[in-house]
Amino acid sequence: MDADVRLTTDLADDLDRAFDALVVAHQDRLYTIALRMLGDAGDAEEAAQDALVRAYRALATYESARIRELKLRGWLTTIVLNRCRSVAARRASRGPKPLSIDADQTRPIEAAAPEGAGPSASAERHAARERWATRLKALPASYRTAVVLRHVDGMSYPEAAAVLGRPEGTVKAQVHRGIALLRTMLEAEGRRELEEMTA
Amino acid sequence: MTTTTTSKTPEATDREAAALAGLAVPAPPTLRASVLVEVGLLDRYGRIDSPLGPVVVAWNGLGVVSVDIAGDDGAFEASHLASTGRRAIPSEVPSRLANAIARRLDGDRRVRIRLDLRGHSPFEQDVWRKALEIPRGEVRPYGWIAAEIGRPKAVRAVGTALGHNPVPLVVPCHRVVRSDGSIGQYSLGGPKNKRTILGAEGLDPDAMEDAAKRGERLVGCASTRIVCWPTCRTGRHMLERNRRPFRSLAEAGAAGYRPCKVCRPVAAAA
Repeated sequence: MDADVRLTTDLADDLDRAFDALVVAHQDRLYTIALRMLGDAGDAEEAAQDALVRAYRALATYESARIRELKLRGWLTTIVLNRCRSVAARRASRGPKPLSIDADQTRPIEAAAPEGAGPSASAERHAARERWATRLKALPASYRTAVVLRHVDGMSYPEAAAVLGRPEGTVKAQVHRGIALLRTMLEAEGRRELEEMTA
Repeated sequence: MTTTTTSKTPEATDREAAALAGLAVPAPPTLRASVLVEVGLLDRYGRIDSPLGPVVVAWNGLGVVSVDIAGDDGAFEASHLASTGRRAIPSEVPSRLANAIARRLDGDRRVRIRLDLRGHSPFEQDVWRKALEIPRGEVRPYGWIAAEIGRPKAVRAVGTALGHNPVPLVVPCHRVVRSDGSIGQYSLGGPKNKRTILGAEGLDPDAMEDAAKRGERLVGCASTRIVCWPTCRTGRHMLERNRRPFRSLAEAGAAGYRPCKVCRPVAAAA
């Protein structure tokens, strides 16, 4: 049985008993989506926490049959994206946050270094990841959302289309345009590096 | 040639897809507990100072769950689990909550402290809510609460409910005394602590009990012809020469005194 189907069955039977399992199963991906949408660890934690709390409060009002029918992954993603919009709007109204000493307080899920890799290899991977995060952050919001759902979270196109409430073809085009823009940034960075080396 | 974003829609290469998938990160270790606490499936606890020394306060996103005498963490966690069915994790008490409790103990009844009283009966909650109305430095008998919540015969049940008060100090059950005027029991460490905290609120428990033994259950003011509970704040300003003790409301009524509209002495207890 699919893990989310088992989870919705357990949630429908006893929400309070099963909710911790939902948090454990989905917190990493919800936090990741929020972090890649908002670009700030504190804002992302707030959005992910708020999304999970709202999910619990909504589930508490749902009939068992409705909980059983939920597509948990997509439903939670919709909630976290809404929270990201609210956090981003609030942040915009307050002006930029002060810079933190460590801009990215996150570590990748696969943190274990390959055998023989030293601290410099790890630092290089971290730097490369940071560059990708920065490029992603520079994408227009609609492309960024589509790329995050498809490639960072690993959703299928039909799933992403359902979450975003857009036709599948539109989501595909947004992902592809996002990838094209990322590639353009990558090429521009490469050209700059080359110019700096030959200057 | 420059790359355009519209002429051709490229698929991500394996390298690009891997780089983007590598942007997944684990949630901060605090997230899970924060969510569970916020929805009331997990509690936090920490110590604050009180007139009785350090006490342990447990809370979650729904409100304060319990207040208890500080002791061993392990014993507290075990008893908390047994009484609520939820785990409690040690934490710093948020300054806002600590300040709110301190202000409430100082007698500021405007400060609102949310309580998580799930699992307790509506009758118990009615009793505790009524106890919240008793101002600092005043006491009322069990019978007063029973009458005020519309259950005048449930005096003993009121005493039991106060004995089960999970949030003493926040819900001031120490301000409720026995109907015969004696100080009575206290859920937070026994009668000695009740005397200590009443003393800290400016009352003299020994003098109160002595007066009750002499039969002084109510006090009337000869100039206003109003009769009050002895600790009622409106009666504090009366001149000593106007002070008239009464054994009961009936006795006061017969002497031409009417009950105070602030402290509402009731026939059931008087």
